[in-house]
Amino acid sequence: MRSSRSTFGDLALIAATHAATIRTAERKARQGLGVALVLLTLLVLGLWWIDFGFLRFFAGTGRLGQILWRMLPPSPGNAEHFLLYWHALVETLCIAFIGTLVAAAIALPLGLLAARNVTGSAALHFTLRRCFDIIRGIDRFVWALIFVRVVGLGPFAGTLAIAISNIGSFGKLFSETFEGADPKPVEGVVSTGAHRLHTLRFAILPEVAPVLLSQILYYFESDTRSATVLGIVGAGGIGLYLYEEIRVLEWTHVAFLILMILVTVAGIDALSGIIRRWFIGKRPQRDPRR
Amino acid sequence: MASLQILLPAAQLAPLDAAYARAKSAKRLVSFMIAAGLVIAVLSAGHVAEIDLTKLWGRRAELSDYIDRAFTLDSGGRVFADPVEWFWNLKGWLLLLLETIVMSYLGTALGFVLGLPLCFCTSSNLTRNPWIRATAKRCLEFLRTVPDLVFALIFVEAFGLGPLAGVLALALHSTGALGKLFSEFVENVDMKPVEGVLASGGGKLAAIRFGVLPQVLAGFSSYTLLRFEINVREAAVLGYVGAGGIGEKLIEAIRKFYYTDVSAILILLIATVFLIDMGTDRLRASLSRSLSR
Repeated sequence: MRSSRSTFGDLALIAATHAATIRTAERKARQGLGVALVLLTLLVLGLWWIDFGFLRFFAGTGRLGQILWRMLPPSPGNAEHFLLYWHALVETLCIAFIGTLVAAAIALPLGLLAARNVTGSAALHFTLRRCFDIIRGIDRFVWALIFVRVVGLGPFAGTLAIAISNIGSFGKLFSETFEGADPKPVEGVVSTGAHRLHTLRFAILPEVAPVLLSQILYYFESDTRSATVLGIVGAGGIGLYLYEEIRVLEWTHVAFLILMILVTVAGIDALSGIIRRWFIGKRPQRDPRR
Repeated sequence: MASLQILLPAAQLAPLDAAYARAKSAKRLVSFMIAAGLVIAVLSAGHVAEIDLTKLWGRRAELSDYIDRAFTLDSGGRVFADPVEWFWNLKGWLLLLLETIVMSYLGTALGFVLGLPLCFCTSSNLTRNPWIRATAKRCLEFLRTVPDLVFALIFVEAFGLGPLAGVLALALHSTGALGKLFSEFVENVDMKPVEGVLASGGGKLAAIRFGVLPQVLAGFSSYTLLRFEINVREAAVLGYVGAGGIGEKLIEAIRKFYYTDVSAILILLIATVFLIDMGTDRLRASLSRSLSR
């Protein structure tokens, strides 16, 4: 006690002089505790809702361990299978590439129209934004299922699904980016007597181009990931094989397919990092929504 | 009006002009090469992906037909005329939607709980041991890269059909996603408070609790809320592989051609996602206000 007093001085006096600060700190701590308790209660309630049982959980974990054991060593079986998988992988990449690029090409003018500072029309802004929201609200799997009905099984349906759902995301992102552009370059171009389209070309586009490119690359990465599972509904790509091999419990094939996906995604990440640095310079810009 | 222009003598100007033209044409050449490369890439990728625009154009009636049927009741009337018939299974669907939301909450919460310790392990300013750091980083990368649907497919085999498989799949994927974002935050914290806590005799946990956590909590909560939003969308899909939630009913309706059910479930789903987006947006705004005060 004595030593603590000599180190810290009179604790009671300190408490008295900083009473207000301590009170706010305590209040904040209590609030934090309350929030944590509510979240924890929700967690327990939720676990109860989904019939979480430890017995079931541990039995399942045991089975999962067995499955993981049976995945070793990952192998495609034979060369024929490997070629099939390889083709499906390339198909997946093509689906993601075309889907992203086409969506970007279509969303660019739409995003411009939806940006308040470009067209200056609140009605257009509102309508287009709601359209984007609705498109984004429908999952790409649903789009894939619908397009499978329209154009038949195969990668074309997957490409259309990715393109459509990306139009929604890109439209929103692009228009937000345009709205966030600095108005000063626009004023500068306008002051030279330029046409509105000139301000677009020489003031807005140069400013937002790196951001747009970054967003497109980011979506290409994440679309590659989601294109790997579109095959589950018959929309082309490696997902079909993944689904089939899991169903027939060929775990070594499953593990090989997952490894192929991991390597591809890592490669795409590296590639887009290179492109980003080449065009944009070292400026991290990521979209936290993905 | 005599314009006052100060020009260099032509002899001096000519090489500068030439240099400008050269620089410009070099830039044009690069742009042209990129465009050409892009066109070639698009054409070959389009070939592999079996892009067939004439087919799409030919079948366009099918798409409008689908939409038309989705809003037409069996009796022949439009769905809007008889919403009770349209939403005949409203109670069951709402229950499944609630299950979807519960699943995404559980997945996000478990992902947060698992991702939190991992993010401190991957941050170079808190973990000195490079082996631990690399291992934790690879783990997060793996969890992030494998789509949650693949996890769900495997978990359905291990844990049986039902929401538990879906929750675990969401939890693992969220762990990867959140852990990575969190560690970016942690790597950028101001280290002075941490040093302060350590200097006053605090341990490593105390340093994280009183030095790091207050700085990153706002960012963590914001990203966790965003993840929750994403997980609601993802959870709606997990039903396709039997991992619980509304997706099961949706895919059943699509597969069995219950057209009006498809539109009804989709509308409910879009409304739910929209409401949750709005709610979390609000929450994030008030969060950043209260924590910045």
